[in-house]
Amino acid sequence: MSKQENGHKEIDQFVERILSKKSNRRKFLKNTVQAAAVGGAITMPGSAEAGLMGENSLLKWKEFFKKNYRLMSQEEKDSTVSRLEQIAKERYGVDVQMSNKGPEEHVLYGYAFNISRCEGFMDCVSACVKENNLDRKSHTQYIRIFELEHGQMSVESGNGKFFHEVPEEGHFYMGVQCFHCENAPCIKACPTKATWIEKDGIVVVDYDWCIGCRYCLAACPYWGRRFNWEDPYIPKDEITTKQHYLGNRIRPKGKMEKCTFCIQRSREGKLTACADACPTGSRVFGNLLDPESEIRFVLKNKKVFRMKEELHTDPKYWYFID
Amino acid sequence: MDQNPKKNFFTFIKDATAWNLSGSIGYQIYLSVLFAIILLGIYCYTLQARQGLGVTGMQDIVSWGLYISNFTFLVGVAAAAVMLILPAYIFRDPDFHKVVIIGEGVAVGALVMCLSFIVVDLGGPLQAWHLIPGIGLFNWPSSILAWDVLVLNGYLLLNLFVPAYILYSRYMNRKPDERKYRPFVFLSIFWAFGIHLVTAFLYEGLPARPFWNNPLLGPRFLASAFAAGPALITLVLAIIHTRTKFKLDTSLFNKLRLIIVVSAIINLIMLFSEIFKEFYTPTHHSVSAVYLFFGLEGHNSLVPWIWTAIAMNITATLVLAFNVGKNNPTILLPAAVLLFFGIWIEKGVGLIVPGFIPSPLGEIVDYAPTMTEIGVTVGVLALGMLVVTFLIKPALIIEGQFD
Repeated sequence: MSKQENGHKEIDQFVERILSKKSNRRKFLKNTVQAAAVGGAITMPGSAEAGLMGENSLLKWKEFFKKNYRLMSQEEKDSTVSRLEQIAKERYGVDVQMSNKGPEEHVLYGYAFNISRCEGFMDCVSACVKENNLDRKSHTQYIRIFELEHGQMSVESGNGKFFHEVPEEGHFYMGVQCFHCENAPCIKACPTKATWIEKDGIVVVDYDWCIGCRYCLAACPYWGRRFNWEDPYIPKDEITTKQHYLGNRIRPKGKMEKCTFCIQRSREGKLTACADACPTGSRVFGNLLDPESEIRFVLKNKKVFRMKEELHTDPKYWYFID
Repeated sequence: MDQNPKKNFFTFIKDATAWNLSGSIGYQIYLSVLFAIILLGIYCYTLQARQGLGVTGMQDIVSWGLYISNFTFLVGVAAAAVMLILPAYIFRDPDFHKVVIIGEGVAVGALVMCLSFIVVDLGGPLQAWHLIPGIGLFNWPSSILAWDVLVLNGYLLLNLFVPAYILYSRYMNRKPDERKYRPFVFLSIFWAFGIHLVTAFLYEGLPARPFWNNPLLGPRFLASAFAAGPALITLVLAIIHTRTKFKLDTSLFNKLRLIIVVSAIINLIMLFSEIFKEFYTPTHHSVSAVYLFFGLEGHNSLVPWIWTAIAMNITATLVLAFNVGKNNPTILLPAAVLLFFGIWIEKGVGLIVPGFIPSPLGEIVDYAPTMTEIGVTVGVLALGMLVVTFLIKPALIIEGQFD
């Protein structure tokens, strides 16, 4: 991990660079793909618990042949979301409101983590698990908190499994999650373009387009991605029902998932669940393009650094010291 | 077709099927055993399909295991067919020309196994059509995995169609037109190097994994492949030589031995170079190698495997290089077996699993495949053996009848 002090200029350059990249990215989306007619040889996607008749199997059939989310028109997005709501009702017995809200103009999300303030309470972790409908059976967590001794500066030498009263004397805490890299190795690795960076800077996964090869997981230098080794289990009364297609909807088995900066919350103008839950105020989330935002204040006025900067992944996640 | 009005493509398939299913009692038992293992594999796969990849020993830290290890190794076996194709078609070596079709059969079998291992490793095999260019959305040229899908399938087609054309022509009592297939032979030679380099780049191109992010990986893949592949082909040829009327010269086995020895020595030199780099000045990028060779914090499940592999590699290389026993097959063939399994361990599990340990956040776990995972794996291996058998048997009969 390299330490770096960013002056005003560097932040401005960073924002400018990202802005110029954004305009290029739109061209790249002009693909035309027909997700239809694969020939007659296709059998019904047989899920193990299937046995659903009539309307429901028609829904699943349509779901099976839908396009990559990025290539869908707004109507197609609306209809897949309503199909998924019906399937969720059938499967989990809950009424889900699923959004497909797109990114806002002039928004680029960024995150900063105060290592001098975090005391390792892990309220962020439990809030994230709850908000994002993470599998309780395998204890999936998007956020990992590492306890480091003073003098250490890399999570690799820290302890990611501490079970004692915090804060521990002579230690500090460092949270790790998906860093939403501008130059994300996972996106480059994906063979089917099932993961990409949205205009507001969030790296997302189309769970239904992912084929589950896990090459992105191998490519991520921050261990930011998780795989659904089995069907996730969430107690029915703990399911978060305000969902987003690219966010916290309950994932199918065999697909990748990751932190989405709580896309279902952030695109509604709210803080991410982790930033909201943090009792010490160590977590700063906001719009990098808004000069008045708290995150911009942190980047301008604090000593900040990013993890494994030498890999040129350009994370939008900074650590800072008071 | 006009000379043989009774023969056509349909009878070709029919005859090949009949030849494949008939044979001695020993052959029938062999087939039954393969079918039984394939059925076991299918059963294990249904367990996995029902419950998810959670039935395997893989988890979020070691997210590729036995399947991808075998895939990686078998790409090498497939690529190694070029060691027969090159001398047979380009240098017109009569020994190699006689057996080149067997090499191609082994390559096709290896590719079938490779593709099967990829499919059984997928979390969403029903979404595999997302990979088909035009229907799906193919992340080419950015994703090396997309490249790998292209080169593996291309190589499979090349290795199916060239021998199929030649055999079919012979079957129809026609002389295969060399002008027609020679360009494809040339292509397949470059393609063979391509499949293995691309597969190496799959790992080599990940700065997240310092154990793999090593420019020597590609060349080492080639060297180990050109040792392990011809070793396997030697064994197949030895079985054919002893079990069928198809007889082979000692000179052929000597040439194969030379190919194996040169490749195995180059492989060992590169292995030594890697070990030197990791242990003379250990950095925090050497942690995976330390885990592999010595274990870390009480986690050492790979240590016995890698030392066994190295011992097997060195012993086999020395035996083959000095030709201990002067062309005595009872010494040379076990050495080939030893070399094959040594490289299988070293380049399979010994390469893939340590890439994940420690995790990029420094966490150390052990990986051990489950019985279900092993069941699927042996099922795929049996499928590959069946494919090789079913390709080679009719080929030998046709070659024997018409040569």
